[in-house]
Amino acid sequence: MTLGVIMLVHNAFERAEQMARHWTDAGCPVVIHVDSNVAATDYDRFVQVLGGIETLRFSKRHRCEWGTWEMVVATQDAATLMLEEFADVSHVYLASGACLPLRPLAELCEYLDRHPDTDFIESATTADVPWTVGGLDRERFTLRFPFAWKKHRRIFDGFVRAQQLVRYKRSIPEGLVPHMGSQWWCLTRQTLDAILRDRNRDRYDRYFRQVWIPDESYYQTLTRLHARRVESRSLTLSKFDFQGKPHIFFDDHLELLQRSGCFVARKIWRHAGLLYRNFPRPADPERAKAEPRTGTVDRLFSHAVERRTLGRPGLYMQSRFPNRESQNSFAAAPYAVLQGFDDIFPAFQPWLTKQTGAAVHGRLFAKDRAHFADDSTVYRGGISDNARLRDYNGSMFLTNLIWNARDLHHCFQFGPTDSQDIRWTVAKDTNASIWVVSGAWSVPLFLSGRSAGEMRTEAARLQQIEAKFLKSLRSPNARARIHITTLSDFIEAPMETLQTIIDDIAGHKGNALAEVPKMADLTGLPEFLQDLKNQGMHPFLTGDITEQSTQPAAGTARRKPYVISRK
Amino acid sequence: MTAAKDRLNSFGHAYRLRWKRRRLLFRIWRKRRQIAVRSDKTKQISPDAILAFATIRNEMLRLPYFLAHYRKLGVDHFLIVDNDSDDGTAAYLAQQPDVSVWHTSRSYRLARFGMDWVGWLLWQFGHGHWCLTVDADELLVYPQSAERDLKSLTAWLDKRGRTSFGAMMLDLYPKGPLEDVTYAPGDDPTRVLNWFDRGNYRQQTHAYYGNQWIQGGVRERVFFRDEPARAPTLNKTPLVRWHWRYAYVSATHQILPRQLHDVFAENTASGALLHTKFLPNIGQKSAEELVRKQHFENTARYESYHQQLTRNPVLWHEGSEEYVGTEQLVELGLISKGDWV
Repeated sequence: MTLGVIMLVHNAFERAEQMARHWTDAGCPVVIHVDSNVAATDYDRFVQVLGGIETLRFSKRHRCEWGTWEMVVATQDAATLMLEEFADVSHVYLASGACLPLRPLAELCEYLDRHPDTDFIESATTADVPWTVGGLDRERFTLRFPFAWKKHRRIFDGFVRAQQLVRYKRSIPEGLVPHMGSQWWCLTRQTLDAILRDRNRDRYDRYFRQVWIPDESYYQTLTRLHARRVESRSLTLSKFDFQGKPHIFFDDHLELLQRSGCFVARKIWRHAGLLYRNFPRPADPERAKAEPRTGTVDRLFSHAVERRTLGRPGLYMQSRFPNRESQNSFAAAPYAVLQGFDDIFPAFQPWLTKQTGAAVHGRLFAKDRAHFADDSTVYRGGISDNARLRDYNGSMFLTNLIWNARDLHHCFQFGPTDSQDIRWTVAKDTNASIWVVSGAWSVPLFLSGRSAGEMRTEAARLQQIEAKFLKSLRSPNARARIHITTLSDFIEAPMETLQTIIDDIAGHKGNALAEVPKMADLTGLPEFLQDLKNQGMHPFLTGDITEQSTQPAAGTARRKPYVISRK
Repeated sequence: MTAAKDRLNSFGHAYRLRWKRRRLLFRIWRKRRQIAVRSDKTKQISPDAILAFATIRNEMLRLPYFLAHYRKLGVDHFLIVDNDSDDGTAAYLAQQPDVSVWHTSRSYRLARFGMDWVGWLLWQFGHGHWCLTVDADELLVYPQSAERDLKSLTAWLDKRGRTSFGAMMLDLYPKGPLEDVTYAPGDDPTRVLNWFDRGNYRQQTHAYYGNQWIQGGVRERVFFRDEPARAPTLNKTPLVRWHWRYAYVSATHQILPRQLHDVFAENTASGALLHTKFLPNIGQKSAEELVRKQHFENTARYESYHQQLTRNPVLWHEGSEEYVGTEQLVELGLISKGDWV
């Protein structure tokens, strides 16, 4: 058998020449179509350098604009020329100047021999594939497209809209079922001949003349009429990005292309010297029968498309700065915000670290400095503990902290004495779980040993700040997982809440609570709170604390219904 | 937040920026005689050449590697304004086959930190070319830049219809005190300055120009902790397919028309400018700056910064990351491949 190659060339002539020589040296006749946009001098030079080759022809030139009918006419002419001039050609391969054979031609020919009477052309019905970019799938066959999309985009779009508005629909010629797919095919002589000599060809051509991007559907559709066996895949490896533009292969894709086992790849960067030196690879009997495997390539490129469209959640950097309002999670990983616990349990932080193994920070947003889990001044990734620096952009401080150490589960203590700028960020973040013991700020005030009279103003201030925080947590915009208990409820049955927190943070790794953190001595707290009330400052967030509730019961505590306090 | 956005998008603001750009261009044109040509090789510039523009002063330490780095990346011609160097920089540049040199002894600060001079060169020679505007201590890298030169990058940008490419400054520093390393001209500076801060950058939308404003990094961590608003700006748009009507505003941080610095908006490809400021001559340069006062708008506010730099400080800390290459920067999320696979 003999393989004939049609090459479409519009630039990078030195590479096109190299490829043309490669094909012809291997015994394949070549027909080249040069875009008529190419300057006459360039064309003449190109014809001259390749002039000496016997099995090479130049077909009639057409002006090929992307997505237009001329592209198809160019291939029709070239294919006709190929079939007329080279009678021994049994398969025709459509390639471009930016195609590069990866494997020896002999292997390709052998592969075609092993699949006799088979046309390799990607061809699928529009209803079944989501390939199309820009929303025109079925409609590319039922509307008219007299305007070039590249040059007159507005007119193009306007005309499409106008046709949609009047519900214009052209009829598809009888017998045709529109198919589309990659424009790079390899057809048998019989099929190609049948397509070109079809007695209805004029009718089909008239129809396709005004189909959108006919070079992706003309042969794909007509092959279905004539082929004996269609393998719906292209032998040319080519990848497209999310805009439908082809990806380009560079030198660093060498290994990837080697592993793919494909016969031909495109588009190759014209200066990718390493690729042009290494491909096609020398014949290797071990690989000769290998099937093309595009799995790795597919994965790499779909990963890239995914990253392009989604990015990496929780990462904020120069190429990724999404609008906060349109997101529902900010941080890269789940984390916990604990308010009030470190007031009630003096050694809460080390205890929680021991129970969960998580990165348990102290007061990350304290006014003096950020208290990191390891108490360092510079945390992972170079995050400074400086409070001013942190408060300059508290949200990014938090997202950076979690991104840098996203292998850990972070928890931090929070309270009304801290900087509050962060409160909406955590409240709206689906990655946050927020645990609040409301009114716990009264414990350090009580423990300070000073009288209620002295503490009155401070208590009022803290209560106000906490109330504001609780208000954002209860807002309909809050998306975090939020658990609020009052101080009085909590101290009656602290273990229930603590066990839930630990299960939440450590998951299945969490142990049943072996060790209970030591609670501060709260004897006398009720009197202190009553004193505050007597001063006119009602600590409504603490709940109703009695003398009994400050002596935690040893047995299981009764769970009290939660009552939302009113201001 | 939304009010600020509305203002940015308003017609009035767009018109204000249009006039701002015209004023900048007029200023560039007015100051065109401040630079005098010393070595003109611009005839070599072919229509598809990639050009590099810089203003430099006493950079003999960095120049050999600087030129080598960008030649390897595929820069075809360098257009350099020499601001009165006295360490042989001018003579060295004049010997280079692909460098055109202009000279000036005027104030760097009053020329908008050299942007007026470079602006005039961009105006005359940059039109239609891909133009890289960098400082002598900035080395551009981007995903796979070891394998893919600027020609492939710009061809890809052209294909996507993009006319600019963004990069973030990444300060490199050595492990010990700054001046305890040895560096000879021509060496790869990333060999001695091989550490950086990986995760302390923060960004916001600039309220006036609408660009992404990135701050942070080691200089903020060490010198500007208490004044974060003054910390150095790190976002830059160094690579632009130039049109004579374009103008950089302050360094290459902002550019007008502003859609050119909108390079950061989506998950597009982006690079980094490896900042080799902290080579061993930093102390001497800072001491000189304390006298010359040419590098900041409000120089008095930056005095302590330069003073600290003359005292041979250590910038390294235990969490510093050792520089390996661009793939590492992609993994850390400092630069991005976007859809340039």
